[in-house]
Amino acid sequence: MPVSTMRYSALKVLKEGLTGNRGWRPAWREPEPRTHYDVIIVGGGGHGLATAHYLASVHGITNVAVLEKGWIGSGNIGRNTTIVRSNYLLPGNEPFYELSMKLWENLEQDLNYNAMMSQRGIVNLFHSDAQRDAYARRGNAMRLAGADSVLLDEAGIRELCPFLDYENARFPIKGGLLQPRAGTARHDAVAWGYARGADSRGVDIIQNCEVTGFTLENGVCTGVDSTRGRISAGKVAVCVAGSSGRVMAMAGMRLPIESHVLQAFVSEGLKPVIPGVITFGAGHFYISQSDKGGLVFGGDIDGYNSYAQRGNLPTVEDVCEGGMAIMPMIGRARLLRMWGGIMDMSMDGSPFIDKTSVPGLYFNGGWCYGGFKATPASGWCYAHLIATGQPHETAAAYRLDRFMSGAVIDERGAGAQPNLH
Amino acid sequence: MNTATTGLQSARIGTGLLDSTRPVSFQFNGRSYTGLQGDTLASALLANEQRLVGRSFKYHRPRGIFSAGSEEPNALVELGSGAYREPNTRATVTELFEGLEARSQNHRGPLSFDVMAINDHLSSFLSAGFYYKTFMWPKAFWEKVYEPVIRAAAGLGSLSMQEDPDTYDKGFLHADLLIVGAGPSGLAAALTAGRAGLRVIIADDDFLAGGRLNAEQMEVDGMPSAQWAARSHAELCSMPNVRCLLRTSVYGAFDHGIYGALQRCTDHLPDKSSEKPRQILWRIYARQTLLGAGATERSIAFANNDRPGIMLAGAVRTYMNRFGVAPGKEVVVFTNNDDGWRTAADLTRAGVSLAAIIDTRTTSAPMKLPGVRIVMGGQVITTRGRLGLRSVTLHDGQTLPCDCLAVAGGWSPNVHLTCHQRGRPVWRQGIAAFVPGAELPQGMRVIGAANGSLGLSSALTEGHRTAVRIIEASGIGKNTSSSPVAEQESTRITAFWHVSASRGRAWIDLQNDVTTKDIALSFKEGFRSVEHLKRYTTLGMATDQGKTSNVLGLAVMPQLSGKTIQDTGTTIFRPPYTPIPIAALAGRSRGKHFRPVRHTPSHQWAQDNGGDFVETGMWLRAQWYTREGETHWRQSVDREVLQTRRAVGICDVTTLGKIDIQGKDAAAFLDRVYANTFSTLAVGKVRYGLMLREDGFVMDDGTTARLGDTHFLMTTTTANAVSVFRHLEFCRQCLWPEMDVHLISATEQWAQYAIAGPQARALLEGVVDAPFDISNETFPFMACAELTVFNGTPARLFRISFSGELAYELAVPTRYGHSLMEALMQHGKQFDVVAYGTEALGVMRIEKGHAAGNELNGQTTAANLGLGRMVSTKKDCIGAVLSKRPAMNTENAIQLVGFMPEDSAQSLRAGAHFLSEDAEETTANDQGWMTSVAWSPVLNSSIGLGFITNGSNRQGERIKAYDPVRGESYPVRIVSPHFVDPDGERLRG
Amino acid sequence: MLIDHPLLGLRDASEFVYLGDASLMNRPDATAADASQQFHDYLHLRDNPAGLHRELWYHEQGDRSWLIVTRDTLTHEISHVELARDVSLAHRATDQEGGA
Repeated sequence: MPVSTMRYSALKVLKEGLTGNRGWRPAWREPEPRTHYDVIIVGGGGHGLATAHYLASVHGITNVAVLEKGWIGSGNIGRNTTIVRSNYLLPGNEPFYELSMKLWENLEQDLNYNAMMSQRGIVNLFHSDAQRDAYARRGNAMRLAGADSVLLDEAGIRELCPFLDYENARFPIKGGLLQPRAGTARHDAVAWGYARGADSRGVDIIQNCEVTGFTLENGVCTGVDSTRGRISAGKVAVCVAGSSGRVMAMAGMRLPIESHVLQAFVSEGLKPVIPGVITFGAGHFYISQSDKGGLVFGGDIDGYNSYAQRGNLPTVEDVCEGGMAIMPMIGRARLLRMWGGIMDMSMDGSPFIDKTSVPGLYFNGGWCYGGFKATPASGWCYAHLIATGQPHETAAAYRLDRFMSGAVIDERGAGAQPNLH
Repeated sequence: MNTATTGLQSARIGTGLLDSTRPVSFQFNGRSYTGLQGDTLASALLANEQRLVGRSFKYHRPRGIFSAGSEEPNALVELGSGAYREPNTRATVTELFEGLEARSQNHRGPLSFDVMAINDHLSSFLSAGFYYKTFMWPKAFWEKVYEPVIRAAAGLGSLSMQEDPDTYDKGFLHADLLIVGAGPSGLAAALTAGRAGLRVIIADDDFLAGGRLNAEQMEVDGMPSAQWAARSHAELCSMPNVRCLLRTSVYGAFDHGIYGALQRCTDHLPDKSSEKPRQILWRIYARQTLLGAGATERSIAFANNDRPGIMLAGAVRTYMNRFGVAPGKEVVVFTNNDDGWRTAADLTRAGVSLAAIIDTRTTSAPMKLPGVRIVMGGQVITTRGRLGLRSVTLHDGQTLPCDCLAVAGGWSPNVHLTCHQRGRPVWRQGIAAFVPGAELPQGMRVIGAANGSLGLSSALTEGHRTAVRIIEASGIGKNTSSSPVAEQESTRITAFWHVSASRGRAWIDLQNDVTTKDIALSFKEGFRSVEHLKRYTTLGMATDQGKTSNVLGLAVMPQLSGKTIQDTGTTIFRPPYTPIPIAALAGRSRGKHFRPVRHTPSHQWAQDNGGDFVETGMWLRAQWYTREGETHWRQSVDREVLQTRRAVGICDVTTLGKIDIQGKDAAAFLDRVYANTFSTLAVGKVRYGLMLREDGFVMDDGTTARLGDTHFLMTTTTANAVSVFRHLEFCRQCLWPEMDVHLISATEQWAQYAIAGPQARALLEGVVDAPFDISNETFPFMACAELTVFNGTPARLFRISFSGELAYELAVPTRYGHSLMEALMQHGKQFDVVAYGTEALGVMRIEKGHAAGNELNGQTTAANLGLGRMVSTKKDCIGAVLSKRPAMNTENAIQLVGFMPEDSAQSLRAGAHFLSEDAEETTANDQGWMTSVAWSPVLNSSIGLGFITNGSNRQGERIKAYDPVRGESYPVRIVSPHFVDPDGERLRG
Repeated sequence: MLIDHPLLGLRDASEFVYLGDASLMNRPDATAADASQQFHDYLHLRDNPAGLHRELWYHEQGDRSWLIVTRDTLTHEISHVELARDVSLAHRATDQEGGA
């Protein structure tokens, strides 16, 4: 049932400002769970909320509940480094991420919510001829999928990022692969925008509602048990990232996924200096600067299984070493805050959007540390699968049985070891 | 006080703990001032009545000094100049030194007339989250107009954009007991534990030990508290088992009793050119930890509670007692607790004019303050004074002129480190504050104010008693101390957060300009979880991480929701406790020292002979040797290739991984880790080995020599030397522990050189000692031997070839590497020997169609590489089962083949994709990609290797190489990957 | 983190390289009829518990021992450390007894 929603605009902000901001209404309702939904989405993170939004807006399926054990957006959508890009190599991945990029580019108009998608570009630095060739291969693969890519030599990087260390770097900068359309978005706002979009079309977003079990009748999933009671559903779609193993275990499933901690860091606010996103793969370091001025940066996962949402010092120091190795001008900027997110690291570094062996139960996960950028396409393709029963063409490779068949999607060529992806 | 030596310092009312004989001159916004040794920048500015020091983030409101510690939200300055410039530095913890230069930040135009302050007048339109609701139309305006404007307003201070010129060190410390905070509880604990003989580390942020003891007019053990602190600190410093780390912030509690700490070594020194590191990042391993981090005072929300001159009441006490500064000429105290009265008492005692004390409680006054106007049950409604406080208005409409308002909203224990792991604080109604929860980091206990024990006596006693318990449990020594004695001051409080009668904006988070209205709006719009509140309003996200504001915000929320504060909960405290320079976390691992550099034994020889080096992992390898007259690298490489193929060349291949494998089951072990069979290899022979991962993809390749019945020597690629060794140890220890096999990495024990070319044997015949015979008959292709060279130097010789020539690899113990290279080149002159680098090596391997790193990229199977038949079907090995998975064995799988350009002038480039010439350029039509290319001086053509669908059946086919990132698209022809000597006659010759 | 190495005592975790679940020691029999299914499960599927986890760490910057560390993935607390080789040998001994 559609709910009348306030339309946001500059005029509205102006009008409310003049009348004491008294007219604003909740961005979403706080409904009591009903006893039955056509679709239950387990997990109120970015992907779950996006799935609900597209189920309602694209497929007209509005009798939907999103069940969130805490507050919406409390998982990785609320604790990532906000990077949006579609610079993947493999045919199983690149068209999907390019679909996501196109959805990002129209997100604000679609949601009537400004998620501050900022297309200031991403550059991946390279330091040798072999790395250049690997990036050329990737850049060309991106072009084949309709994405944008530019291979820059050292002079090109100097022009883009004059502040990098070109004189004294341990691994001299030889160039980089630039994707101009890539950038960053305000991560929390993405969750809120999708929540508002879904809610306005009748989706019930139910916070503080933890799923404690699946209802199985004759081998078919017909609903969930939750901390707010049993709720039946035509279809149950799990979308819980780092908690995938825990949740799917309740359906008796073991997954090709390990949960790992990835740390991220932000500095004190500084006047803008970093133009877009810079990644320094050789030094396990990437960085951007938020619209508030904080340097947002990160590196590799800590490397051990964890559900703790925090990491340890060796990785912190490793990341900062990477930063100082490539841009020593950030030395006197201060690290303000560090945190960790739980990554659903898959066996080949690529995700799953698939039906499961239990009819009625769907699974979306394995996003590793790359789930944020995938949020729109993940929601789009998951909604497509749930609504039509068929995988979306760009997500057809994200099958749970691909390790049985051998059709792995291993961007790094690291093999079946999650902490290497 | 002699103003001639101390400058104006008109607000100086005493010397506190300062050295009045040592004036210190400094600059703020270009103007010169004088302070005293022992001042902070903040106290020195206050002494000089410079009360306006900065602007807030969003509304650019004028701001002054709010606190006297690391919790400061307002007084952030840029320090230093040039490459030393340091933004966002808290004036309240900046030790004053001669010549200090500070500038205010985040304003356009002068500090007193910031044009960005227009935002303050637009605040109704800039409420919490306004940017999510606008800037969406027209779409193109976001990139071009809106975002640039937003970004122009971002941030506070500026980076210098120059490399940080300082050095930073890292160190590791171990202790029986780490004490965080050298305040009353920490000092008492340290004395007790130190005297008992425990290895103690006591760390404090401040440059003076004592914490609040330095800020009070109280006594400990019958002496002034500051004196007791100084004496205790001196005693601790005299103990060999105690390390006192002042100017040291313990910033994080990590797993298993590991703490991070940052010590500031030179920041307070005028001379920055010293050899000393600026800061040291300590990693402290502590068996037990006492957290005595004290408490932080918080404000009360009322309209215009952010003006310069409005300060925390405890800070007012600190400035008076420790720094001898009166923060105002006419002061009003606004409190909800007894501690505020102590500020009032100290003000009166110091002779500062106290206009009134306003207490929100309706009880009777907790103490007598003769001559001071006391208003119980009173509230401050609003304040006036644009650039500095001029008056406050009370609930009854009275206006009191004043230039300083001391606000006492209660104290919040510094529980941060207790929450760095899983701990969540719990609400204690009695002190109206959160105290540490039950789940603490391993080995941690909390003492004193940090534990909610706010009185001085209880802090001292708690510190002492807890230390006694630790001593008893440690079994290290015996307690010999008794608890220090002090009075217990009253700390009664009746929670009061928000003057609801206030109209206008009441600040919660001063730096980020979050007001009670923002919190109400956030609640109204459904952002009701504390995390939503924080994220929607940015409460607590500024450089102070909400030290003075979080609890206030959390307390205002329940007033709207009807929940309790405990049920509302807190956001999560995360490291670091105070911000740390990124450079300090990196230490010395920066620039050229980011990672170690590995040199081969003959690196110097290469350097002396024109070697041009390339990074190969951490190794530096010569990629070619430039000779006089050569102006382009291709000239060098072509010469090296041609001379090697014509005469003989020598290449340093030391970087290849070498693993010595011995044991009764060594051969059987190799059969299991290699896809092909090694148990059939004869002693004295070498075989090419292909290693799979368990998932069936190719992991590595190399040659393995059988030196004896139970002795093999494996080589790996340079890149995988470490990971292959680790994998073999896994197989040996975890999978097949019953096998008698032992592994040693010998990569660094042997220097190894490839000697390739038609003259290779002739050259070596003069090198190898008699009676070893290396004729083709006795030492054929794939033979190996242990022998001596150059009159007795031990060596190993392998007849293997990567170049496709008659070739050997000669290995000697590392220490002979340099000499061997010299001797080979000297001896080889008669055979026209040439040294060749990795580039020529690459050209020759591409001419031969050998796979290397670009092909062995972890994504390819043996079949892809044309090596499918090497995977033995007669035995199990790592990867055998899963290599048979259907999708890895399709008809249309990619295969490694050669490519040549249709137009001989066209240079091939690696990374180009292959498409049918008439196909649309889409992912679906992608057939493969070029992996490696080279200019073949033998064929006089650009040649390439690459993977293409079903390639081995398509030789001769013409296809398009599509390389849009380099603006090229051109026809190429699929050919055999074996460009030179396809039958391998030369290497067997 | 600190790992209590059975031979060397407490060592910083940064001296070690992590592999994953200790079940990776139980390599299936390649001659089994359902070997491909068994190998698929062995290599790819994980219990991935939120709680106690037996896992493999390699002392690369030390004595090259593979260790089995029992660690809680929620708290990172380590309760037990064993030499993987000892465990593997003991496991085999039990298997053989069972088979006899």
